[in-house]
Amino acid sequence: MNGPVDTAPPGPWQTAFRALGGNRSAMMALAVLVLIVVLSLIAPFYAHDIAHTDPFRANVAGSFMLDGRAVDIMQANDNPLHLGMTPAGPTWRPSAYMLGSDSQGRDVAARLLYGGRISLLISFSAAVLCIVIASIVGILAGFFGGFVDMVLSRLMDIMWAVPVYLFAISLSIVTISDGLKIGPFTIEADNLLIPIAIIALVYMPYAARPIRGRVMALRNADFVMAARSLGVPRWRILLVDILPNVASSIVVLAPLMAALALLTESALSFLSIGVQTPTASWGTIIQDGEGLIYSRPMVAIAPGLAIVIVVVALNVLGDGLRDALDVRETSKRGT
Amino acid sequence: MAGDAPLLDVRDLSVSFRSGGRDVPIIENVSFAVCEREILGIVGESGSGKSVTAMAIMRLIDDPGVTLRGSVRFRGQELTTLPQKAFRTIRGREIAMIFQDPMTAFTPVYTVGWQIDEAIRVHERLSKAEARARTVRLLGDMGVPDPERTANRYPHQLSGGLRQRAMIAMALSCNPALLIADEPTTALDVTVQAQILDLLRNLRTDYGSAVMLITHDMGVVAETCDHVMVLYSGRVAERGPAAAIFSQPAHPYTAALLDSIPPLTGPRPTRLPSIAGAPPAPLERPPGCAFAPRCHYAHAACDILPPLVRCAEQEVACVLPGEGKALPPRMTERVEA
Repeated sequence: MNGPVDTAPPGPWQTAFRALGGNRSAMMALAVLVLIVVLSLIAPFYAHDIAHTDPFRANVAGSFMLDGRAVDIMQANDNPLHLGMTPAGPTWRPSAYMLGSDSQGRDVAARLLYGGRISLLISFSAAVLCIVIASIVGILAGFFGGFVDMVLSRLMDIMWAVPVYLFAISLSIVTISDGLKIGPFTIEADNLLIPIAIIALVYMPYAARPIRGRVMALRNADFVMAARSLGVPRWRILLVDILPNVASSIVVLAPLMAALALLTESALSFLSIGVQTPTASWGTIIQDGEGLIYSRPMVAIAPGLAIVIVVVALNVLGDGLRDALDVRETSKRGT
Repeated sequence: MAGDAPLLDVRDLSVSFRSGGRDVPIIENVSFAVCEREILGIVGESGSGKSVTAMAIMRLIDDPGVTLRGSVRFRGQELTTLPQKAFRTIRGREIAMIFQDPMTAFTPVYTVGWQIDEAIRVHERLSKAEARARTVRLLGDMGVPDPERTANRYPHQLSGGLRQRAMIAMALSCNPALLIADEPTTALDVTVQAQILDLLRNLRTDYGSAVMLITHDMGVVAETCDHVMVLYSGRVAERGPAAAIFSQPAHPYTAALLDSIPPLTGPRPTRLPSIAGAPPAPLERPPGCAFAPRCHYAHAACDILPPLVRCAEQEVACVLPGEGKALPPRMTERVEA
């Protein structure tokens, strides 16, 4: 869809992005997100060239150098009975075990970055997939109404009736052992597509409902009536009049869905029915830290904080997008 | 306006909606004709069925519970039974429509020019540049200053008057023979209203289009229309040449409507006469004359639905002329513009 020609005044999208650019908290949130994505992307570089560890291999017998001294990764417990071992605590130096070690002697900082890759990949892909499915369902239901709407809406009601986490957990447990077989295709149980698809599916009704409502309102809008009175075919009204007008709602939903997807992914991984070992995700790292919560709390706190920061940033960004994309408000400002 | 076969011939058009298990009749047996290059005014209060009539002609009512009866012929072709696909070529190309609120009749996400280009390209195989050239010319014809720049503006960046001009330009983009204007000036202020009405009046000479003007404003009708049809509660109360109806209304409702316009000359009345009561809801319509409960002249004969009868130049659905008790002519003669 090519929009206005060169000399045109700023269109609604341009205006919106300018408004978003002027929103300081949204821009901060965006900067934080970009920073976290970049940090996750450089995870291999950090592991190999800065921390010199392999975050996926247990290393209980090893040691690392700290201030010229060799320090055991697993240290004798300092409790009165000297039972068991405690992994090394945070050194706060990026060169080695910055955030300490987990119970298997792996570098938590490096695992955190690797976990970020997986967590963000899953949550962003799940959000995109969810929004795409929800848009199709919502637009079809809202635009065609009648029988199509009835079938799709009842289907969504059924999905809605099951609590999200319960739904996601049930689906995960079913697929965790044998993977997913769709006709001749089999998706292995450890494939990331499985958590992505599950998360996208369980949140679909939450995104489809508002889109459907918006489309239903738009279907009766005067400009749709005007287009019909000019003899524009239905599919063209759908593409030209309806879709661009719901696009703003869809864009606003995206970061919120990503935040929900991240939380769900972490929860599933924490319950070890999401991402499978040895792959790290923020949820699995928290699970690793669960047993060390009294002695080495940083193992669970670091990924927990990462989740909180990303979820808050996504929500702030979503709010900023909603403010920026409110078409009705901009039209008032314009005249 | 002279013309043998009318451009649009509507006969016994009835529309009813299903609601709560009952058929609610919105308009009943409405018949009228629009000739080539004629301006027909359809007048009535809110809820009298003006817009529903227009929507029914355009087949824009897609409520699943709607029932349409009667015939709509356009250039001799029956429209009510035409397949959807064939009907789409009529919409926009032969009959176009403009709406009350030009703000909401444009989608906010594209420039006005882009939308008019699209309307042209739906019906004609033109390149983008050719379509834009016609858009600019149309906007210019509609009295839009600096049409090239205006075409590149978004709807919210235009004033109400400019938007309505752009709306008319969009409706005229494929040179339709009939333009249905549903209260085109209601959302505009009075000066702009006069300009838009001028524009509509000139369409018949400049574009050869007939206009069906839906309004509740008798002043607008007096200024623009050749023929008038007065609707009351979904039924035709009176129809005929505008001059005749203004000088000698035959239906008490028309007369009351005209009396409620403040006079321009003579002593100012302290209180404008108003019609007591409210029009009946569609389900509570009396079997006889729908206006009878509010009418000064109501009597026993009004309990039977009066047919449209010829009275002087117009046709009227009232028993009075038949009883030889026609209304007196109004004092104010129509001032010829």
